[in-house]
Amino acid sequence: MAIAPDGAASGARARAEAGAHTRAQAGAQAGAQTGALARLRGHRAAPWIGGALIALALLLLPFALAMVGTAWVRITNVALLFILLSLGLNIVVGFAGLLDLGYIAFYAVGAYVYALLASPHFNLHWPVWAILPLGALVACAFGVLLGAPTLKLRGDYLAIVTLGFGEIVRIFLNNLSRPVNITNGPQGIARIDPIRIGGIDLGTSETWLGLTFSGPIKYYYLLLMVLLLVIVVNLRLQDSRIGRAWEAIREDEIAARAMGINTTRIKLLAFAMGASFGGIAGGMFASMQGFVSPESFGLTESVMVLAMVVLGGMGNIRGVIVGALLLSFAPEVLRYTVEPLQKLLFGKMLIEPEVIRMLLFGLALVLVMLYRPAGLLPSEVRRREMSEGRT
Amino acid sequence: MDIFIQQVINGLTLGCVYAIVALGYTMVYGIIQLINFAHGEVVMIGALTAFSVITALAKSGLPPAVIVIAGVLCAVPVCVLLGLLLDRFAYKPLRNAPRLAPLITAIGMSIILQHVAMLVWSRNPLAFPQILPTIQFDIAGATITAVQVGIIVLSVAMMAGLSLMVYRTKLGTAMRATSQRADVAGLMGVDANRVIALTFAIGAGLAAVAGVMIGSYYGIAHYSMGSLLGLKAFCAAVLGGIGSLPGAMLGGVVLGLVEALGAGYIGDFTNNWFGSNYQDVFAFIVLILVLVFRPQGLMGERSGDRA
Repeated sequence: MAIAPDGAASGARARAEAGAHTRAQAGAQAGAQTGALARLRGHRAAPWIGGALIALALLLLPFALAMVGTAWVRITNVALLFILLSLGLNIVVGFAGLLDLGYIAFYAVGAYVYALLASPHFNLHWPVWAILPLGALVACAFGVLLGAPTLKLRGDYLAIVTLGFGEIVRIFLNNLSRPVNITNGPQGIARIDPIRIGGIDLGTSETWLGLTFSGPIKYYYLLLMVLLLVIVVNLRLQDSRIGRAWEAIREDEIAARAMGINTTRIKLLAFAMGASFGGIAGGMFASMQGFVSPESFGLTESVMVLAMVVLGGMGNIRGVIVGALLLSFAPEVLRYTVEPLQKLLFGKMLIEPEVIRMLLFGLALVLVMLYRPAGLLPSEVRRREMSEGRT
Repeated sequence: MDIFIQQVINGLTLGCVYAIVALGYTMVYGIIQLINFAHGEVVMIGALTAFSVITALAKSGLPPAVIVIAGVLCAVPVCVLLGLLLDRFAYKPLRNAPRLAPLITAIGMSIILQHVAMLVWSRNPLAFPQILPTIQFDIAGATITAVQVGIIVLSVAMMAGLSLMVYRTKLGTAMRATSQRADVAGLMGVDANRVIALTFAIGAGLAAVAGVMIGSYYGIAHYSMGSLLGLKAFCAAVLGGIGSLPGAMLGGVVLGLVEALGAGYIGDFTNNWFGSNYQDVFAFIVLILVLVFRPQGLMGERSGDRA
């Protein structure tokens, strides 16, 4: 068991520091002659080789993890989902500067839309092509419904209203089992269909070219593709007219309005877009787990996603990805280190890893805001903004 | 009809507790325009501290009233200290930072406090020892317990005391001046940081008492009891008009009544489609309705986008 955390940690590190390593690796490949590295660094093809190596590493990662244990493939999949969620929340909190504390509710909406339309619960088995967009749309509709009355007001209200909204969604999911059973209450909905794309069923194991593609490995590739798509969309959004409008509102709403930006509408757009990303992630979550219940969508999860965004650096896509990776793998590493360590030191478990995880999230929020308000990997604009301070 | 009166009594009791907690939100918001998300957690710490003291003294043979008062007297200084520490370490360094920053530290502090409380006390609900005699009075077919009477009387007394302090003393004048225009108040010789710290201390002291009240009303204290209570109290503060003291008192009582009557009658009105398990939803529905139709709240004067 002692090997397990090292395996995953190095996997995470490999990806987090992939950029730094690729050059060295490329240099090693180019040959052992002196100066090869220096020559390659300036070469036009260097970024391409680096990119190809990162891609190769990402493609091979699940097989390496599967050798350690399928559990680590699943953990990585959950981490990928959290990156998706963090990128969605980053649009709201990072780009537009609106604090959303009930973000997980949109994730819940997406998950339940998928669960209701593709499970024996209502005996509906819609294709994934229909459900995922529908889930995004429903989540988006909830976002607009919630944002419309509150976004006219100052940001603080949004934080409270979204916090309340998260609570309401959970209460409804818990109680809408009576008199008509819609959500099956606290028991949740089980036996949700796995995603089927073409003839490929993501729920079963298959062997191609001598390699075993287990269910989690297939989901890994699907999640990776969706993630790449979401990252591209995010990058394009950031540099677009809309992205600049969000930035302007975040820095000075009155000035932005004076520049002719319809602030309410553009804030609503950020909110709706973040919500639909959450909806998509929720759908993937439901199909991947095969089971949803209200307890997966509590305030704890909302705070977790927020901590990921804040830790990495609000508004910076690369930072948010790093933050999400760190905070997704940290609890797993804790699970394997804290327990044995405490048993060794005190002879019994004093503090459960679960509690340490939550303390970690809380501390991350407080300490980052106090000492490094723009996050671990700050975006340039955000860094200036957070350090210069306004009254 | 007796159900109606019974629900009014229950709503009034709960509303008084909401009002006391809401005062803490509204005072802090009035002065530094910060939603102190961790305020609900202060209430929780108050309740749990009192729980420990009352449990320890329950077997001592002292009269019940003395034990409860001892619980309150221990909870108040603990919470006041906590309030001061919160301000000093989580909010004060961020006084001039963008608005998002203190909101995020507040959420972080609330998570930390909850889990520290879980480590200190337990993750299970803790039952207050039954030391207060269960005296009941009949009013028009409904019953009111001695605890409920105590909560209502104590709340009214605290609200009166706070009003006297804010509108009649020098410190109160300084507080109101700071909330209107901090820099000008500074020119008049008001030490803004001291006033802010005192505001946190007063709010936390009230929260401690509210924690003891809600704990002895439900007979249970739990590490996560603060978050929902805090949220509802914030809804009450917005309903009354955030920043306004009479508003917070009125908002709390109105919200308590809405909740109790709503939970009591929702089954009848919806043909039992929805039951009293939706009780917690009312506060948020009220909040959203207020924000849509009257963002300044019942007694607020500020304009929508400022308040």
